[in-house]
Amino acid sequence: MMLIVNIAGVALIALIIWWFWLYRPAEVEAGAGQLVIVVENGSYQPAHIKLAANQPAQLHFLRKDPSPCAEMVLIPGLDISENLPLDKTTRISLPAMQAGEYDFHCQMQMYRGTLKVE
Amino acid sequence: MNTASTHEHAAGSQTLMIEGAGCASCVGKIEGALKSVPGVDSAEMNFADRSVLVTGRVDAASLIAAVENAGYGATASEAGSDEDAMAEKEEADKAYYGRLMLNMKMALGLGLPLMVYSLFGGAMTVTTGAEQLAWLAVGVLTLGVMVFSGKHFYVGAWQSFKNHSANMDTLIALGTGTAWVYSMVVVLLPAFLPEMARHVYFEATAMIIGLINLGLALELKARGRTSEAIKRLIGLRPKTARVVLGDRERDIPIERVMSGDVVRVRPGEKIPVDGQVVDGQSTVDESMLTGEPMPVQKRAGDEVVAGTINKSGTVLFRATRVGKDTALARIIQMVKQAQNSKPPIGRLADVIAGVFVPTVMIIAVVSALIWLNFGPEPTLAFAIVSATTVLIIACPCALGLATPMSVMVGVGKAAEAGVLIRNGQALQTASKLTAMILDKTGTITLGAPKVTDIVLVSRLGEDEVLQMAASLESGSEHPLAMAITESAAERGLQAEKVEEFNAVAGHGVQGKVGGKALLFGNEKLMKDRGIDYARYLGAAKRLAEEAKTPMFFAVDGFLAAVIAVADPVKEDSLAAIRRLQKANIRVVMLTGDNHATAKAVAAKVGIREFFAEVLPEHKAEKVAELQAQGELVGMTGDGINDAPALAMADVGFAIGTGTDVAIESADVTLMRGSLHGLADAIAVSKATLRNIKQNLFGAFIYNVAGIPIAAGVLYPFFGILLSPVIAGAAMAFSSLTVVSNANRLRLFKAQEH
Repeated sequence: MMLIVNIAGVALIALIIWWFWLYRPAEVEAGAGQLVIVVENGSYQPAHIKLAANQPAQLHFLRKDPSPCAEMVLIPGLDISENLPLDKTTRISLPAMQAGEYDFHCQMQMYRGTLKVE
Repeated sequence: MNTASTHEHAAGSQTLMIEGAGCASCVGKIEGALKSVPGVDSAEMNFADRSVLVTGRVDAASLIAAVENAGYGATASEAGSDEDAMAEKEEADKAYYGRLMLNMKMALGLGLPLMVYSLFGGAMTVTTGAEQLAWLAVGVLTLGVMVFSGKHFYVGAWQSFKNHSANMDTLIALGTGTAWVYSMVVVLLPAFLPEMARHVYFEATAMIIGLINLGLALELKARGRTSEAIKRLIGLRPKTARVVLGDRERDIPIERVMSGDVVRVRPGEKIPVDGQVVDGQSTVDESMLTGEPMPVQKRAGDEVVAGTINKSGTVLFRATRVGKDTALARIIQMVKQAQNSKPPIGRLADVIAGVFVPTVMIIAVVSALIWLNFGPEPTLAFAIVSATTVLIIACPCALGLATPMSVMVGVGKAAEAGVLIRNGQALQTASKLTAMILDKTGTITLGAPKVTDIVLVSRLGEDEVLQMAASLESGSEHPLAMAITESAAERGLQAEKVEEFNAVAGHGVQGKVGGKALLFGNEKLMKDRGIDYARYLGAAKRLAEEAKTPMFFAVDGFLAAVIAVADPVKEDSLAAIRRLQKANIRVVMLTGDNHATAKAVAAKVGIREFFAEVLPEHKAEKVAELQAQGELVGMTGDGINDAPALAMADVGFAIGTGTDVAIESADVTLMRGSLHGLADAIAVSKATLRNIKQNLFGAFIYNVAGIPIAAGVLYPFFGILLSPVIAGAAMAFSSLTVVSNANRLRLFKAQEH
């Protein structure tokens, strides 16, 4: 009995590691049209965004989450930080970026997302 | 789009924000489209921020239509939106606070009686059928609380789980969820569990949800106070301006004031936009922006800035900068930007916060396994309690909040003292500086030198010498040159045309006036040109020892006069430099002056070390020299000819005059001319860094000590196992503590005037 419990526990740990750290989620392409990132219920939707390298782009954030955690979005790699008013779309202009990954997150890093530039 | 900006404007300018312009070639197309609109005088696009400045008599709607016809999108820039945004935010926060408090009341309404019952010995176990029924009812009620008061935790946890990320919601949802599910199993299927393990934890679920909602509510309140400084700045802007239109005057909304408009400000009113006084005189209180307590005299030609208060007289001024271009708007923008930037000290916390939640989940599983394998009976109950407690006590928020909250308050506090800190990096480095180089002219001294002595050498008289020198210097922008030309103007001497003018950098100038070859500069210049000046070295030295700058003036190859210019030391330089020295900072003066003058000025302000006779282009080298000695060097200058030195320094401080915030290259801008601003900047940054360290230390210790205790490390030794409710309370108040500690910075006093 204990053996099964222990194996289940270790499997659970492995699952946590895989799900949160190893798994690479698919990115949403921000090509044509306006991409709106909805900030709601503690997360960014979509949170993984693909952008083209070497050209400026725009992100639109619509904050529906009243928690103060959601009120700011930071992109440290690009020196960007922006206040997000509630229930409004905020536009963030991104400069032409080199290929690479840029994280965006709230002040406390609990809401997280990545921009994959390639 | 706000309606004010769509009204037709009299001749003036307006800004449009452009959407969909992806390449530089769009600029021409958009500008062309706008210029073809009747009434548009000019259209200039700033590609970097996607804005177009349009001047002319035209309304915003037709401009937007023109841009849209060209295939792009446009919106009118909303000038007055800061206040609206602030008001909306307060409204939203208030509503959210109410909701959190309601959540708290509902959850504690159930949790508290249950907890009291258990504390007074009530059986929290399921043994009889009646107990089973009663607890089932409680379980359903708890589910109600979970849905009503804790819905945001569970939905948030699920949303981030789907995104392969985890946050505070995940921990709370897992912790409270585990406790509830286990309790429900006890209630519904008691037979599956050993008798000792049939314990319910509904009170924990309800209490934790209640306490965390309370913590969030209090944190929301405390957070509001951290942005007081920026609120105060935004509140400085008046809502209306009295604009003179022909022979009428009208109060119009501030958003509609255009650059070029003439605005009247009466005593006691706020200056609505930046501008230049055209008529009247008054004193203006600029302390809210510069921290300078003395009101400033304003008369025709002087600049006035939005947000300052007109004290004594009525003035008419022409608006030069409006909306987002005013000094106030730029200060607000800069402070906001800096408040959101992080000093490097927060990086470790960020890295930890990034992997925190999954790590805690793993610890919870490990802890449960250890209890199951090695714990006393009932192992299952202990395992559940320890895992739940670990999940609940862990607080990534305190870690994540530690740095930004302090930076927010610290940068705001600095702004109140007239100190604009560019970013978190500058804030942190400023707190650690070991040496400070002060440029002499304009930093230690007023930067307004005056002619004090003229020692005549030849037959030429004072006026002749001064007239020739002033003619020669009329093309130069050097502060010493200004002293000569002003002094000549005071005596009513007319400058003549100068020919073959040549500035010998750092040494002086030469040129021809009225056919005479003139040479004006320092000892080195005379020596290089073979002028005999030896007999007057003594006089020059005596002047230098009086902290004056002696300059030699030669006409047609012969010395004609020694002219001394002195730049008075600012009256509070000595006291401010003392403050720096008291903070264990090695203060070094830097000047282009000769050694003797430099020594005299340094002595006046209590500086022991100085670099004299430094050419402007060599200032940066002196910074590097100190850096090579292992010092962390700050450099303070007026930002005009010392930009390379400011950039070379670990932190560059640009000392402004009044509200001139044009000096955007510096890490720190001191809006006040006084060096006290510099000492304030250092003091604020030290206080902020200390506060950040306290917060980080607290948050680290809290988690490092809290998580193992929650897991039960104390149990084998003392028999202590934390209750999940205590963990919930600790977690709820840990982030509140961080925010409150950051708020203590608000009590920081900049300078004892």
